[in-house]
Amino acid sequence: MKRKASGSLALVQRLALAPYSAWSVLFIVVPLIFVAYYAFTDLQFHFTTENITRFFTATSVVTDESGTREVHTYLLIFMRSLKLAVISTVICLIFGYPFAYLISKASERTQSILITLIMIPMWMNFLIRTYAWMTILQDTGIFNGFLSLLGLGRIHIIGTESAVVIGMVYDYFPYMILPIYSVMAKMDVKLIEAARDLGCNGAGVLRRVIWPLSLPGVISGVTMVLIPSISTFYISQKLGNGKFYLIGDAIEGQYTANNLHFAAAIAFILMVILLFGMAFMQRFANKRAAV
Amino acid sequence: MKTASRIYTALVMIFLFAPIAILLVFSFNESKSLSVFSGFSFHWYRELFRDSETLGAVRNTLVLAVSAALISTVMGTAAAVGIHKLKNRYLRAAMDTVTNIPMINPDIITGISLMLMFVFVGRLFGAATSLNFATMLIAHITFCLPYVILQVLPKLQQMDKSLPEAAMDLGCTPMRAFLKVEIPEILPGIVTGLIMAFTLSLDDFVISYFTSGNGFQTLPIRIYNMTKKTVTPKMYALATIIFFVILFLLLLSNLVDEETAQAVRAAREKKNARKKG
Repeated sequence: MKRKASGSLALVQRLALAPYSAWSVLFIVVPLIFVAYYAFTDLQFHFTTENITRFFTATSVVTDESGTREVHTYLLIFMRSLKLAVISTVICLIFGYPFAYLISKASERTQSILITLIMIPMWMNFLIRTYAWMTILQDTGIFNGFLSLLGLGRIHIIGTESAVVIGMVYDYFPYMILPIYSVMAKMDVKLIEAARDLGCNGAGVLRRVIWPLSLPGVISGVTMVLIPSISTFYISQKLGNGKFYLIGDAIEGQYTANNLHFAAAIAFILMVILLFGMAFMQRFANKRAAV
Repeated sequence: MKTASRIYTALVMIFLFAPIAILLVFSFNESKSLSVFSGFSFHWYRELFRDSETLGAVRNTLVLAVSAALISTVMGTAAAVGIHKLKNRYLRAAMDTVTNIPMINPDIITGISLMLMFVFVGRLFGAATSLNFATMLIAHITFCLPYVILQVLPKLQQMDKSLPEAAMDLGCTPMRAFLKVEIPEILPGIVTGLIMAFTLSLDDFVISYFTSGNGFQTLPIRIYNMTKKTVTPKMYALATIIFFVILFLLLLSNLVDEETAQAVRAAREKKNARKKG
């Protein structure tokens, strides 16, 4: 009797997975196959590699506000996205790592207050956050007003690469702090004390104990900043004045122009590059963990 | 050292909150200027509440977020139970990989991939536009599901396996043991998953942008359309309201957390006291 009942429970539990299995195949796996399918076909859905070769050879013409036309190959656009995303990620890491450490060393109450404070801007929509910076950095905006108040004169910052980087750093900064903090908060204080007792100085403790132990947090922080920065299109539109055309802009632009096959090709290439990058990082992390 | 870390904390907080503070202040500006504050007024708030398109977008966002959160929580919890019971190592690995895909993939790729499929299927059926509320709901459930599963699964793994067994030994049917013992054990994970799904859906712009039809506008898409042209401080008023709603929700969830923690502590103490007695 009991066995029969538990047998039916096992069946129910196995069936519990069925809707999700069907859902994930239908709406996660199949759509990715569609990306590849569109990437390798033309408008009549005949096989072609033209979309892919276009990424490496074709140029896109961007006309900015002042009417100057700029010509880029898509490969160059990707390299620029990578460059700006890496710069933003490094800045987030340099400023976020010590801050995560500071929080983890504070009293329990201060910790929860600081974490809540960090989460508030994160919960605001990133469109609003980005837009706020656009008004701040404008030539007649508050930042320039502040500079001229100090007698430093105005600088033109909106529409430059720096403005795009500022936007990326601001939007994704909390994503760097939180994972590093959560690893550091769990770190065994005894290990640090032991290292000190054994004659390690401050820098040694940081390099040999704290940094290796916090590495999983650093890796997830880096991914959580790098991936959205590399694929953004709103930040570059608003803060770069559309001049710093990034790979996300390219995909979005092809989508709005209804060139779905080429949009799919760019997305496909981006996905493949990120996949390899991630696999590489994971191996690097595993190797470090093994040492 | 201590003052240095205080100063650093203050600087980070200024960096994080200065832009939001500026939005807040200028939402009360009398004039349209975004750099000169000419006088205090509720003008832009009045304008906002007269904007039926934005109000409609708020309603759409809430309907979508509630539906997506509820469906993904039910399906995700069931999936977590199923994955937890999965014995086959390869099936388990396959499940984990698939669950990770929407979290690792950039939003733009998730959005594009779903859009391509919807457009293709729509064309098969001869529909002129295939993007609507249903496609958006599917997209939102899809990107919420992994977060629900990742909240519930650890709770199942932490649960003492002998608990449901004990219930069955004491005469519970397996189903009853599951409902009365396992579900309460994993409830905190389910609730966190539900809240996460709700906020993710509320906040999403990129995936919604690619999967929404022309007729259905959520708040982030409305903000995007508003910021395409020159913006009036009306949007600042909207941002200010959102800020205070978020502040309220976060404080509330902190309070609830503290209360649950206290309740758990009290229950544990009672249990210990009983053990001793």
